[in-house]
Amino acid sequence: MSKSLNSIFIPALGGVALLLGAAYGLSSRDYGRDQIDMLQDRVAQVEGQAATARSEAEAEAAKSAELAAAGSDLEARVAELEAAVASARSSGGSMTQGAPQPDTKTGLGRTALPEEIAAWDVDVRPGGIGLPEGRGDAYTGEEVFAENCAICHGDFAEGVDNWPVLAGGFDTLADKDPVKTVGSYWPYLSTVWDYVNRSMPFGAAQTLEPDDVYAITAYILYSNDLVDDDFELSHENFAEFEMYNKDGFIVDDRAETEYPIWRTEPCMENCKDSVEITMHASVLDVTPEEEGADQGAAMPEATHDDAAAEPTSEEPAAETAVAALDPELVAKGEKVFKKCSACHQVGDSAKNKTGPALNGIIGQTFGSVDGFKYSKVFRAAAEEGRVWDAAEMAEFLTKPKAYMKGTRMSFAGLKKPADIDAVTAYLQSFGG
Amino acid sequence: MDDDLKSTTRRAFLRGSAAAVAGTAAGAAAAGPDPLITELQDWASATGEGVDATPYGLPIEFEGDVIRRNVPWLTADPISSINFTPIHALDGTITPQGCAFERHHSGAIELRKDDYRLMINGLVDTPLVFSYADLERFPRENHVYFCECAANTGMEWAGAQLNGVQFTHGMIHNMEYTGVPLSTLLAEAGLDTAGDLADKWVYVEGADASSNGRSIPMEKALDDCLVAFKANGEALRKEHGYPVRLVVPGWEGNMWVKWMRRIEVMDGPVESREETSKYTDVLENGVARKWTWVMDAKSVITSPSPQSPITHGPGPMIISGLAWSGHGQITRVDVSKDGGMTWETARLGKQGDSKALTRFYLDTEWNGEDMLLQARAMDETGYVQPTKAQLREVRGENSIYHNNCIQTWYVNAQGIAENVEVS
Repeated sequence: MSKSLNSIFIPALGGVALLLGAAYGLSSRDYGRDQIDMLQDRVAQVEGQAATARSEAEAEAAKSAELAAAGSDLEARVAELEAAVASARSSGGSMTQGAPQPDTKTGLGRTALPEEIAAWDVDVRPGGIGLPEGRGDAYTGEEVFAENCAICHGDFAEGVDNWPVLAGGFDTLADKDPVKTVGSYWPYLSTVWDYVNRSMPFGAAQTLEPDDVYAITAYILYSNDLVDDDFELSHENFAEFEMYNKDGFIVDDRAETEYPIWRTEPCMENCKDSVEITMHASVLDVTPEEEGADQGAAMPEATHDDAAAEPTSEEPAAETAVAALDPELVAKGEKVFKKCSACHQVGDSAKNKTGPALNGIIGQTFGSVDGFKYSKVFRAAAEEGRVWDAAEMAEFLTKPKAYMKGTRMSFAGLKKPADIDAVTAYLQSFGG
Repeated sequence: MDDDLKSTTRRAFLRGSAAAVAGTAAGAAAAGPDPLITELQDWASATGEGVDATPYGLPIEFEGDVIRRNVPWLTADPISSINFTPIHALDGTITPQGCAFERHHSGAIELRKDDYRLMINGLVDTPLVFSYADLERFPRENHVYFCECAANTGMEWAGAQLNGVQFTHGMIHNMEYTGVPLSTLLAEAGLDTAGDLADKWVYVEGADASSNGRSIPMEKALDDCLVAFKANGEALRKEHGYPVRLVVPGWEGNMWVKWMRRIEVMDGPVESREETSKYTDVLENGVARKWTWVMDAKSVITSPSPQSPITHGPGPMIISGLAWSGHGQITRVDVSKDGGMTWETARLGKQGDSKALTRFYLDTEWNGEDMLLQARAMDETGYVQPTKAQLREVRGENSIYHNNCIQTWYVNAQGIAENVEVS
C-alpha cells in the first residue's frame, strides 16, 4: 500500500506528496485500513484533477503541512485540497491532458478542388454574397410555389397543419403569441434564398434551379404584401431589398441585463412569507399518454381519453401477398422508401401525413385513401376507377408530375427502374 | 379499457409492494418468510443465456420503459422533430447513447465512413478535404460535455405544461466525446489568410438535407470545439450524427452540427435560418436577442418527479437531480422542499467536469408531508439559477429558448408528483 501511495503521489504532486506522506504515516497508526483505502481513493481523485492546478495545490499543501500533524484532520485536509484544486482549475479543463497541437502541418487530407468547393460552398449571406446569377418574378413564383411548397406551407404561404406559416403576422412580435413569419420576423432576405435553395422542398432538397429559387423567394415576399406580383428578384437587385424586421434584433445582452442581477449570494432561509401553487400542468393536460399497460413507470396523471385512438389494421389478405415477395427486394425497397417517408407512412400506425398513408396501395383505386385530401387529377382518376398496379406505379414514380399532371406530390421521381421495383415490392409488403 | 382504473391499479400495486420493501428496510418484522428467499427460484436452479445471445447487448426487458419519448403535437412531422431523454430513470451523469435525445431537421441520415468527407474552405491558406480515416490520424482528446437543446423547458415559459421531467427537461444528454480539436484542423488548413482572427467566423454545415448551418465566432472555434467521432467509447449513433459531429461545449445543441461536412472560415456570420428565424429570443417589446449561444446554469430534480413518484413509505428518501452550466463547473446546488422559502445545500456527485452534467443528492427523510420541491444551481461564475418570475421580468413570456428557470414539483401525501408553478 505504501508503495502505491508513493508511486501515485510523489512524482505527480511534489509538495502535496509531503503532506500526504505525513498524513499516511499518521493514518497507518490511527486509522483503519478501510478509511485509508477510502482516503487513498479520494486523494487519487484530487491527483487526477490536479493537472491543471498543480501550483495552487502545492501552495495549499505547504501551508497545511503542519496542520496535518493531527490525524483527525486528515479528511478535512483532503476536502480542503479538493476545494482548492477545484477552484484553481481553469474553466474548460478536463481530466485528460490536451492533445498536442502539431507544430508543423501533418500533411493529412488533400487540397480541395475548385469544382468540389463550388459544389458544396453554396451558402448565401446578407447582401446576397454567394448568390448565383438568375431571376424570377412573383407571378412565376406562385406556380413554382404551388407545385413545390404549397402542400405543406399552403397556397398562400399560410401554413398547413403544424408546418411553418411563411406570411403575415406583422406587428405581432410584442403580442402574447407572436406570429414569426418570413415577413414579420426574418431580418435578411438572403436567409430565405439560402434556406429554400439548400434545404427545401422537404424531402427533395437541392433540386430547385436558381431561377425557381428567385421566383419562390419573390412569391414569398408577395404573399407577405411586401412586393407586387410583377416584382422580379434577381442577383442584380437582391442586395437592395430590406426586410420588414431588419432592425428587430439585438446581440445577446445577458451579460449586461441578467448576469449582474443573478450573480449574488442566494437566500437560504425565510426567502418568502408564503408559497401558493398558481398553476398545475394537469389542468392543461397536454402530456403525451403512455401506450400499453406493461410500461413499468407510472405516469400518475396520465390522461384517459382516446384510449382507442391507435387501431392497427391487420388485413388477412395482406399476409398472402407478403408470402410471395422477395425479402431482399423488400429490404432494398425499405431503403428506397426513405425518399418517400418525408410525406408518406406505411405500417401499423401509418397515418395520412403530407401524403396519404400507403398500406395496401397496390391494388387500390387511385385517390381512395380515407381522409386524404387529393388534388383534382387524383379525384378524377378515382372517378374513372383507375387502379394502382405495379405498372401504373412504375410510370408514376418515374416522373410523377408528367404522369399525373397537377399532382401536388413534389417529388422529382426515381431514376433507376430497380429502385422502383424495390419500392413497389416494399409497398406490397404492406398489403395489396 | 378504462385507463383511469388501469393506472390506479398499477399505482396501488406499486405502492403496496414498495411499502413492503420499506417496512423491511426500516427493520420492521416480516409478516412471514419471503418465498423469494425460502423457495427455490428458477433462476437459481436452471441456467441462463449463454454468451453471444445478444452480440450487442440491450437493456433487460424490465427496463423497457427507459426510452426516449416525443411530444407529437410539438411538430408537424417526426422527421423534423425532437424527442426527450428519460432523465427521470437515469442516475449518475453519463447518458447512454441509445436513450439520448434526438433532434433532426430533415431526419437521421445513414452516412458510411467511406462516404464521409469533411471540407475546410474559405479564408484558409489551403482548402482541404479530409476522409474519416484522416481524422483518426490527428491527435485526439476525450471530454465529457452536456448537449442541451436551446428549446429545453421551452414549453414551460407561459406556465406549467408538461407533466414529466423527461418532457420538461429531457432535451439534454451528457457524453464522453472522443475527437480532434477544431483548432487542430483549422491550423492544418492554415489561418494566415484570415488575418486578424478577432472578427472572423467559422460556418459549419451538415451533410443532411437540412444542412443546419450555423456560424460560430472564431474565438469559440479555437477554444474548445471538438470534431467528435466517438461518444461514450463507441461510434456516434446515426441519430447523433454518425460518423462525425461537432461538439460546441456549453453552447446550444443546435450548433453541434451532425454529419458535419463543411467548415468555412468567413469574415462574417451567414445569418442562416437556424440563427435568425429560429434560435433567437423574442423579448417582451418584440425585439429579439440573437447569438444567444451559451446555456446558462440550470438544474432539475429528476426524482421524485411526475414520472418517478415516491413509491416507498415514510423514512429515508433520496432527492436526486442534475445540474449544469455552459459557463463551466457547477459549484453548488440547493434544494427546497417548501417552494423556495427555505433551502438546504445538496451533496454533489462526481465533480470537476466543466460544461458537463453534475449529479446532486439530498439524503433526507420523508414522512408523507406535502412538498414543493425545487433545485437551484450555482456555477463557478457565481451565477444563481433564476426563478421563472425573475426570467419573465427580464424577458417577458414570448421566448421559446433558454428557459433555465427553477422547476417546481408538487409532491402529495401519496408520493405522487406534479409539475406546478408557484408564487
